[in-house]
Parts: sequence; C-alpha cells; structure tokens
Amino acid sequence: MARGDRVKLENADWCKNCGICISVCPTNVLIKGRDRVKIDDLEKCIGCQNCELICPDFVLKVVTQDEN
Amino acid sequence: MKTKIFKPKKSAVLTQGNQAVVEGALAAGVEFFAGYPITPASEIAEGFARELPQIGGKFLQMEDEIAGMAAVIGASLAGKKAITATSGPGFALKQENLGFATMIEVPVVVVNVQRVGPSTGLPTAPSQGDVMQTRWGRNGDQEIIALAPSSVAESYELTIKAVNLSEKFRQPVVLLLDEVIGHLREKIHLKSKEEIEIYNRKKPESNQNSDQFLPYQLTDDLIPPMADYGSGFKYHTSGLFHDQSGFPDGKKETAKFMQDRLHNKLHNNLDQIIFYEKNIRSDDNAAVLSYGSAARAAISTVNTARKDNLKAGWFKLQTIWPFAEEAVAELAAQVDTIIVPELNQGQLIREVKKAAAGRAKVIGINSYAGDLIRPEEIRALLEEVL
Amino acid sequence: MDFEKYLRIDKLPHIWCPGCGHGTILNSFIRAFAESGLDQDKTVVISGIGCSGRATGYLNFDTLHTTHGRAIAFAAGVKMANPGLNVVVMTGDGDGSAIGGNHLIHAARRNIDLTVILFNNQIYGMTGGQFSPMTPTGDQATTAPYGNIDQNFDLAKLVEGAGGGFIARGATHDPRQLKKIYLAALKHKGFSFVESFSQCPVSYGRQNKAGDAVEMLKKQQEDTVSFKKWQELSFEEKQGKYPLGILKEVENPESEYTESYQKIIKKLKKEEAF
Repeated sequence: MARGDRVKLENADWCKNCGICISVCPTNVLIKGRDRVKIDDLEKCIGCQNCELICPDFVLKVVTQDEN
Repeated sequence: MKTKIFKPKKSAVLTQGNQAVVEGALAAGVEFFAGYPITPASEIAEGFARELPQIGGKFLQMEDEIAGMAAVIGASLAGKKAITATSGPGFALKQENLGFATMIEVPVVVVNVQRVGPSTGLPTAPSQGDVMQTRWGRNGDQEIIALAPSSVAESYELTIKAVNLSEKFRQPVVLLLDEVIGHLREKIHLKSKEEIEIYNRKKPESNQNSDQFLPYQLTDDLIPPMADYGSGFKYHTSGLFHDQSGFPDGKKETAKFMQDRLHNKLHNNLDQIIFYEKNIRSDDNAAVLSYGSAARAAISTVNTARKDNLKAGWFKLQTIWPFAEEAVAELAAQVDTIIVPELNQGQLIREVKKAAAGRAKVIGINSYAGDLIRPEEIRALLEEVL
Repeated sequence: MDFEKYLRIDKLPHIWCPGCGHGTILNSFIRAFAESGLDQDKTVVISGIGCSGRATGYLNFDTLHTTHGRAIAFAAGVKMANPGLNVVVMTGDGDGSAIGGNHLIHAARRNIDLTVILFNNQIYGMTGGQFSPMTPTGDQATTAPYGNIDQNFDLAKLVEGAGGGFIARGATHDPRQLKKIYLAALKHKGFSFVESFSQCPVSYGRQNKAGDAVEMLKKQQEDTVSFKKWQELSFEEKQGKYPLGILKEVENPESEYTESYQKIIKKLKKEEAF
C-alpha cells in the first residue's frame, strides 16, 4: 500500500472492541473507545494494513487519503 | 439435467433383486453411488462399481456408512441423481444425515436390504425389522417415503419410482428390500428408454436473477426449485431451520412454517406417492395385508385358498410410508378380519390397527428370527377366522 | 482489492465472540481467494458443526452447513460428482479431529482435490468449553474440571501419515502468512490441509486464565516458530513449539482421486469403441 494511505472505520458498527487492531498498530493510531475502536491520530497512520488484515470483524480498511 | 440412459442390454434377464435395483436406478438416470460394504446389500455397491463408470457416472466407496450418506447428498447438490445402499446396522448409522437430507430437501435414494436385528443379528437372514427405524429413526418429527418390493421385477420398478419420487418432491426415499428379495433370482423385463417415465428435479429458470434467487422459495406446490452447485446462485443451505433464503433466523414461526411445509408437500400429494395392489372380492370376509417378501406367501396362500372356496382376498402395500391409511380403513370396512404377516414382532400392524379403528379384527403372524412365513401358517389362520 | 464480494455483507456482523480468531481466518481466506483467480461461481464451501461451522453462512459462494464432523464426506461427494468445482472445507478441531477425524484421514489418503481449513481453537467453543482432542494436557475445560488428562496430538503429522500432499499450519497472529498459505492450498491440485491456529478468549481463555485476545495472540506467537527455523531447533527446543508455514508440498496431480477415476471412464469408453 502506497504512502499516504490511511485507516478508516469501514464497518464501524461491526466492531466488538476486542482491541486486537490496537495491539498490532506500530504507530498507535487506534485506541479503545466505549463500544468500539476509535481513531486517535490519523496523521500517524502509515497504511501498513496490520489492523485491516487481522481484524476478525472486517471493521477496518486502509484507503487512499482523499477517499477518507 | 440431461439424463443418460444405460447402454442397451437384453430386455429379458435373469437377475437378483440387488442387481435389479442397480438396473432400475440406472434406468431412472442415477449417475452417482457412494456407500460402504455390508451384507446382504453389497451386490448393489458391486453392481454400481461395475456399471457407473461405463456411463460416465461415479462410484465412491467411502470410509464408513455415515460418509456414504453424506457423499450422496453432496453429489445430489452438485446436480447428480444419487443413491446409496446398506442394511440395518448401516442404516442406523445413516440416520442423522438422512434427517439432514430431509431438512435441506435433497433428493437421494437409500436402499436398505434388511437383515435380522437387533445389532449384528443374523446378517444373512431376511427381516422386515427396520420398518419403524425407517419411519422414526431420526431426531424430530419428519416425513419419509419408503417403498418395499416383493419381487425382483418390483425391485426394478420401485427403484425407478423411488428415484422419481425423490426428484419430484425433493425428498429422500428409502427402498426397503430384505435379504430374500435382494438375493432372489427371477426373470425380469428391462424397459427401453421409451417405456420409462423419468422425472427430473425442478430447477430455477435460466433467466432467474441470481441475486433474487430464494433456494427455499414458497411455491404453490410447496417444492422449491433446486439449483445445482456451480450454476451461479451462490446459495446457503443449513440443517438449522431456515427461511426462504436458506439462512437460519432462529424464529419459532420459521420452524413451524417449515415443518408444516415439509409435511404438506407430501401429504397434499399422497395419491402420487402411495402405491398398493389388491384383490378383494365383494364377498371376501378376510384379507391378508402384506408387503415385501411376506407378500409372496400371502398372495399365493390366498390364491390357493380361493380354489377351496375360502372367502379371502389380498392387499399388498408397495408404499409403506406414508402409510396407506385411507385404503386400509376402507379395507377394514369391507372385511371382518385382516391378517398381517410380517418378518418382525409386529411393526406395521400397529398402523393397520390404527386405520382399522375396530372395524375389523387385525391379527398378526410374525417371524423374526430369520425364517420366512410359510403359506401353511397363513392358511391355518384363514381357516380359523373364516 | 475487491474482496468484499466474497462476503455476504448482509449477514454481518458475525456471531463469533469479541476477539475470536475465526474472523481473522475468514479475512485471510477471502483475500487469498481473490488472488487465486478461481471462479467464485464454481466454488463450494462446506462446513460442519461448531463455531467454525458458521463460517459458510458469511461466505458468498455455494455454501453448505452440514452435520457434525461430516463436512469432508459431503465435500467428497460434491467434488466427485462435479470435479470442475473448487471445493473448500471449513472445519474445527472438534469437528475435524474428533467426530470427523476418520473422514480427514481418508480424504487425505485418497488425495481428493479438496482444500481443508481446520480452525483450531483447542476447545469446543459453541457448546461452552469442553475439551477437544486439541486441548493441551493439563488445561481446564468444563468436562475436565480437574485438568485435562487426554493427550493432544499433532494433526499435521496425522494428515502426513495418511498421505496428504499439501500440509501447512498458519496462525491468526500472522494473517499475511495465513493468506499466503491459503492461496497455495487453493492452488494445490490434490488434497490440501491447513491447520489454522485460532484464539478463543471466551470458552478457552477464561477457564485457563489466558487473558484477552491480545494476550492469547502473544502467547500464540511465542509458541510458534517458522518451519525453516523449527528445522534448525534441537529436540529439546522443539518441545511445546509448533512450526508454521507450508510443512509439506508434493505435487502429484496424477494421483488425484477424481483424475484417477476419470482415467477409468476414458479407458472404458475406448474399449467400448472397439
């Protein structure tokens, strides 16, 4: 994925707040919210897709920035 | 589906019941067999192993009875008419997947060449001990179609009917032979392609939009069209109660609706499912009601008794399940006594008594340790009641 | 990549518990399928009973949710009846190694072209945490309240003993590798088996004080090592460790079961012509 790509809560309603994505993010973009994961600092996202690939609930997706 | 017809053979052949099942199935368009060897049904597997590859069909010897049942259901979903064969103990193992086939409405035929049970019992001796296993062997309420041939010719004919019924009603059909019928040799007439009526399962229209396809669509005849795997519909099937889309929704209303539909799709069409033959004269006072190998002694006894002016008739069931309740009730109104010879301790007689509802006396003759019922036994009882 | 078309979006979110690894397996599978070039319309996915059994409901293929343990036997019937179909089996450790173990052995032995993905979360999750053949000795389960005295075993070795041509193991902590393995398994002509380590934080984790999904994934990572590295380990170092990756890959398309049967059909046809 090219630089400039950023994570998006593509299917936020499906999040079960398990926290796996947070643990695999190398730049601490994500934090736990009350019911679901929250994007804390999108600027730090390097578009590595770690979160997208491991998310068991198809919540996260890395997309190019202008789509965001 | 284009039905392949087996290659021409001599039309009159001397063959055994088990081989007649193979011939009947091939004539009806069966292209797939999976199963597991068991006495006294193994000749059916052997016959298919020999015949099926010759017509481009498939034979699969599985690792156990359960897998054999599973594989024929899979093959049917892939679009092939499929059959398996077993005997009592193996039939017990197949029950869970037979219930699954009923639930997901997959046409398959299961042949059970009955032997004496319980358990390993007498593997090489005849029995009709699986009549109630066939009716109630699975968990939950459910319908089943079961046919029972009493000769080699009928094994051929009823196998064709079994395949047709399974295709027509999207319903597993059980063919109940017994060791005697399976191994008996008689001359039969194999029919030509033109003489056989073949029924193929209803499929979705070719212009059907795959996104709107409902694999368990409610239709007027209560039988949903069935799509072959690989035909682009991408549908889901589950043994959980499911709605028209095929997906489970966990609702009790859905379960009730589906149970009723599965029942009614057969019970609305009993005239197409229930077959029997009878010879009852208006002044007959007793009837011998039988099925399977017991019918052979029953009919021959009645024929001889009539020569001696005994007022007796015969009634032979070809369809055991669903039970011919109306016809038997009618019979009970006609005669004073119904004699029911069975190779078990009295299984189908319960249904006969229920249908007779006191209008006729119902008496059983039972043999359940491997001996056939002899005509003299039936004759003696006839003389006693007439 | 347009992999969402392989999901039944209207059936999501799925029923699996928060942190369950089964969703990661599905996530990796659909990405592998998208890359495989296989025809979605010609692919059947078959599952059995248990948590893994629910996978088929979320996948947009012809899907069959069968009886407990029998998915492989159903799949064999589908594949044999129409060898043109790609047939994938999704099963669990209870479904595939206990009640359905026999079918696994014999499908591998026949080398029939199925792709079997076994979700191994080391427990019967759907029924609330009874021990499975994959539950480690000494662990807690609702049916092993005094500790599990059963010995767990190496499924990959079982399949190897049965003659399986493609054997691999992946784990949910490494979805990139998991996807690569699924892709190779889908492309393998013949029987392929992928044991997929998954975490069950609820039915297994709670009883065994294994922590949440994140902690369980960390432990999973510690207990596993790449197959390449694993081969260099001493006997002692190998204890308690599982190799990850493609463990065996033998190309033998000639012996594939439906192909072998097709040869019989062809031969008979030739004989008939004379």
